[in-house]
Amino acid sequence: MYALDVINVRKSFTLHLQGGLHLPVVAGVSFAARPGECVALVGPSGCGKSSILKMIFGGYRCDGGRILIRDGDRIADIATASPRAIIGIRQRAMSYVSQFLRAVPRVAAIDVVAQALDHAVPDQARASAAFLLRRLNIPERLTTVPPATFSGGEQQRVNIARGFLPDRPVLLLDEPTASLDSENRDVVIDLIAEKKRRGVAVVAIIHDSKVRDAVADQIVDVASFAAA
Amino acid sequence: MIDTEDHPLLRAQALTKWYGRQLGCHDISFDLYPGEVMAVVGESGSGKTTLLQLLSAQLAPTAGRVLYRMRDGIMRDLASVGEAERRFLFRTDWGYVHQEPALGLRIAVSGGANVGERLMAVGWRHYGRIRGAAKDWFDRVEIASDRIDDPPATYSGGMRQRLQIARNLVTNPRLVFMDEPTGGLDVSVQARLLDLIRGLVGELRLAAIIVTHDLAVARMLSHRIIVMKDGAAVESGLTDQVLEDPREPYTQLLVSSILPA
Repeated sequence: MYALDVINVRKSFTLHLQGGLHLPVVAGVSFAARPGECVALVGPSGCGKSSILKMIFGGYRCDGGRILIRDGDRIADIATASPRAIIGIRQRAMSYVSQFLRAVPRVAAIDVVAQALDHAVPDQARASAAFLLRRLNIPERLTTVPPATFSGGEQQRVNIARGFLPDRPVLLLDEPTASLDSENRDVVIDLIAEKKRRGVAVVAIIHDSKVRDAVADQIVDVASFAAA
Repeated sequence: MIDTEDHPLLRAQALTKWYGRQLGCHDISFDLYPGEVMAVVGESGSGKTTLLQLLSAQLAPTAGRVLYRMRDGIMRDLASVGEAERRFLFRTDWGYVHQEPALGLRIAVSGGANVGERLMAVGWRHYGRIRGAAKDWFDRVEIASDRIDDPPATYSGGMRQRLQIARNLVTNPRLVFMDEPTGGLDVSVQARLLDLIRGLVGELRLAAIIVTHDLAVARMLSHRIIVMKDGAAVESGLTDQVLEDPREPYTQLLVSSILPA
């Protein structure tokens, strides 16, 4: 039984400001992930890897195909779900670590992370957030500071903590180790391995071959989905 | 999750408003659920404020209707709700945050009285309890409680806006309308206010309809967006869908016009 099943998905952009320029991105995207399995998306920059992750998360709309995700004892199709349904599916079934941290100004790093647990008791959520930030080597004195002033690597680790804190069946990772040093890269490898052991299906864009070799069970070459 | 969350709190059905021969808005339909925050974006004159006034029964539509789930769970057409009941909704179940705080506040009475007044309107009589609730709300909207006896005329713009929010939320409304809530404020004051609104809306599980021309405000606060142009809804969807993958020419123009942060 798959946790996530992507079937024949297609995406293009029409740029009206450029005279209606039609930009095909991907077509025929098909792969699936079982619980506890990590699928690595590979391929040259611009081939549509991030677009695929965004379609799975529902941030990009699909032009065609199906994206089936296990949501409790139901199967939902993100490609056709209503906005309200997608919000619910995200809260129950998906976490997404984007390439760059986008956070509300003025909110402390620890709360940026803790807010990922929508319905948890605030103190418990903060305790779990603090634990994860410590594992990711964010100095404790920084956790009460809004992450806007953090270095790129620190922001990425806050973003990772936010995405890893909830335990949801599907975890989407967009180059989670791109700006990390080797020590923190190893922490992320461990965190992904722990998620897999808990039965989380992971779809990750990973350029770093060391990380990929350590966590990936399946390699999907996105260049093979190039749209005509 | 409680049962009522599966039913819309408010339904707009084919709402149209003409001002004589001038179109206000045309054929707007959507459902809003408890706890959902919807942003209505578009430039001046696009019909956003007309829509907000139709939704809050301050204007009567030329065609179409607005249904609202009353506290007894029954869906009512706002056109059939009498004036007394409509005013009761405004005092209890709804909040309305104006862009200009002076419109939503009584500028001559104290800040505390501005908050307490809403409680008295729903039958609170005990002075100590009213003052206690007002103090509590001063804390929640981050106004120093030693300003509670000063009139809002002596407050800064950001404080007045926070006071307006306190005044609106003190009666535990289920739905809040906001018309450009951060318009006219300095950027630093805006960020603090947005952060406050976002926290309160999440914590109180409020439904909100926020009119704004500022896409950053919509991104930060809303789950869903309706983009309006010339009185019509040209595009709607999840906030990140509309802002990251806009489909319509007008939405693409709006999104591409934002200066990168």
